[in-house]
Amino acid sequence: MTSQRSPDAHSGDDVLIALRGVSKAYRRGKEVVPVLSDIGFDIRRGEFLALMGPSGSGKSTLLNLIAGIDNPDSGSIVVGGNDITRLPEASLADWRAANVGFIFQFYNLMPVLTALENVELPLTLTHLGRRERRDHALLALELVGLSDRIKHFPSELSGGQQQRVAIARAIVTDPTLLVADEPTGDLDRQSAEEVLTIMQRLNREMGTTIIMVTHDRRAAEHAKAIMHLEKGELAERVELRRE
Amino acid sequence: MPLLFTYSLRNLRVRKLTNALTAGGMALVVFVYAAVLMLDTGLEKTMASTGEENNVIFLRRSAEVEIQSVIDRRQASIIEGEPELMIGQEGIPLVSKEVVVMIALPGSDRSRTRSITTRGVGPRVLALRPQVKLTVGRMFVPGSSEIVIGGRFEGIEIGSQIRFAQREWQVVGRFDAGGSGFDSEIWGDSEQFMQAFRREVFSSVVVRLADPEAFSKLKARLESDPRLTIEAKRERRFYEEQSNTLSGLIKVLGITLSTLFSLAAVIGATITMYAAVAMRKREIGVLRALGFRQLSILAAFLAEAMFLGLAGWAAGLTLASFMMQVKITTLNWTSFSELAFPFVLTPRIVLQSLLFALGMGFLGGFLPAVQAARMKIVDALRAI
Ligand SMILES: Nc1ncnc2c1ncn2[C@@H]1O[C@H](COP(=O)(O)OP(=O)(O)O)[C@@H](O)[C@H]1O
Ligand SMILES: [Mg+2]
Repeated sequence: MTSQRSPDAHSGDDVLIALRGVSKAYRRGKEVVPVLSDIGFDIRRGEFLALMGPSGSGKSTLLNLIAGIDNPDSGSIVVGGNDITRLPEASLADWRAANVGFIFQFYNLMPVLTALENVELPLTLTHLGRRERRDHALLALELVGLSDRIKHFPSELSGGQQQRVAIARAIVTDPTLLVADEPTGDLDRQSAEEVLTIMQRLNREMGTTIIMVTHDRRAAEHAKAIMHLEKGELAERVELRRE
Repeated sequence: MPLLFTYSLRNLRVRKLTNALTAGGMALVVFVYAAVLMLDTGLEKTMASTGEENNVIFLRRSAEVEIQSVIDRRQASIIEGEPELMIGQEGIPLVSKEVVVMIALPGSDRSRTRSITTRGVGPRVLALRPQVKLTVGRMFVPGSSEIVIGGRFEGIEIGSQIRFAQREWQVVGRFDAGGSGFDSEIWGDSEQFMQAFRREVFSSVVVRLADPEAFSKLKARLESDPRLTIEAKRERRFYEEQSNTLSGLIKVLGITLSTLFSLAAVIGATITMYAAVAMRKREIGVLRALGFRQLSILAAFLAEAMFLGLAGWAAGLTLASFMMQVKITTLNWTSFSELAFPFVLTPRIVLQSLLFALGMGFLGGFLPAVQAARMKIVDALRAI
C-alpha cells in the first residue's frame, strides 16, 4: 500500500482509515442488541491508538470491523482508499493477508507448529520463496528477541514469549495496520511492558499504524492517543504526545 | 509440503487414540476390499493359466462345461484329421480326446466327501499341455488302471490305491500344473475311464494348433460342417469363462461388504473430524484472520481426513498382503468341481484400494470441513 489519499478524508493529514456511519447490532434470538451506533472517525497513517472503554462497550467489535474480520450493518470503512465493507470474502481475505497484522489476548499460536513455523505461516500467503520466507521469519523473531527459541513449540514458551512470537507473526508480512485486542490482558507486568515496548518501537521505527484495545490505563499510555468508547459511541479522544 | 498441510498432519498426532481408532476402522474396510480383489484376481489367474493359448477345445454346441458335453467317436476322429493340428514327435497330431467325470472321494478328515474331477486323457496330453509336468513317479501306461494326480493331492501317496467307478486305481505319479485348475484333478487313460464309467462318448476334444492364427478358420469350417454338432473355443478363453460365476459371486459379496463397512468407517471419520473442528474453532478463526481463504480451510481439513484414510490404507493393505500366504479351496460354481486358488496382489489393487481409502477420508471429512470453512471468523475467535 502506498500513500493513496482516501476520497473521504476531510483533513489534510495522511488518513489511513476512515469510518463513516458505522453501525453494528447482534441478534440474540429475537432480541436485537445494538453494539455500535453511527461511529465516524479517521485514523492517520503512523498512528498508535489505544481504544478504551468498559467491558461490553463494543471495543472488540469495532476493532474487528476495522481489521476486516466482521461486517458492519451499515456505514463504510475505507482503508487506504479501499472500502473493505464492499469486498467479497475471498478478496477480503487476500486484503487481510497483505495489510493487517493481528495480536490477540490469548496469543492464539498454532500449538502443533514451532515458533518459526508459526511466524512463517502468514508468509505462505505471499509470493515469497522458501528461503525468503525463512529469512523473513527469522528476522521477525530476532526483532522480538526470540532468536534462541525458534524450534520451540508454544507449549514450551512462557506467556510473554508466546505473545512475542505472535507479534513476530503479526509483523512478518510488514502490514500497514496492526490490530491488538487486549495484547497484555493475560500477561504479568514485566512481560506486558516488554510487549508494549516492542509495539512502540514498531510504531516509531517502522511507522506501523497500530490500534490497540485495552482496559489497562498503563498499557494505553504507551500509545500516542487514547479513544474512549462508551455504550457503542465515541466519548472522547485524548492526545498523549505529538511528534 | 505446504505449511498448512503440515499443520493438518501434525494435528493428527494430537489426538492419537481417536485418530488411530478411526484409521483402524478404515484399515479393516481396506483389508476386506483389497482381500476381495486379491481373491478375484487369484481366481482369474488360476483359471486363465489352466488353458493354453495354442490349444482349442471342442465341446458339444451350447455345452458350457465339459461335464455337460458329449462328443462321439466319429466326430472326434473327424476333428483329429484336420490339417491345422500340430504334429508331434512320432508324426501323430497332438490331440487329447477327454472324458470328464465328477467323483466323490472321502476328505482328509474322513467326515466330509470332496467332489473331485477325474479326467480321462489321451496319451499325448503332456505334449499338449506343456504347463503340466510330472514331478514324482511316472505317467500312467495307456490301457492300464493307473492314474496320476494333481499337485494339490498332497495327502495321497504314490503307489497307493484309490477306489472309484467300481475299480481300484493305482497312483503312479504326481504332476504339477503350475497352480492351475488341473492341479485339483485326477488323470488316467480316457479309454479306461470310459469303460469304468460305462460311457460311449468323450466329453471334449483338445487339440494343439500348429499356428494359433488358424483358429478362426478352423472354427468356422468345423462349426458349419453338417457332420459335426460341436463348438470350438480357445482353451484359455474357455477356462476364463468358467470362473465367471464364482468371480461374480465374490465381487458382489465383496463389494456389498466393503460398501456396508465403508459406510460405518465414513461415519466414524465424520464424527472424529467434527470433533477436531469443534476443538480447533479458535485456530480456524485465527487462520482466517491471517488471510487464509475459506477454500484453504476446507482443503486443510479435507487433507486431514484424507491423511487418516492414507494411514488406514497402509495398515489395511499390509494386513491384506499377509493373505498372499493363504490359498482358498472352494467349489467352482460353474463346473461344481473343487478348485484351489491364491490371493494375488497386483499394482492395480494397490492403487484401487488407495483410491478407495482416500475416497472414504474425503467423504468422512467433507461435512466437517465445510462447517470449518463456513464458520464466521468472529464467532470462531470467541470460542474457548
Ligand atoms: N458474536 C457475537 N454474538 C452476539 N453478541 C456479541 C457478539 N460479539 C459481541 N457481542 C456482544 O456485543 C457487545 C460488545 O462486545 P465486544 O465488542 O466484545 O465488547 P468489548 O470488547 O468492549 O468488551 C457485548 O454485549 C457482547 O456480548
Ligand atoms: Mg473485547
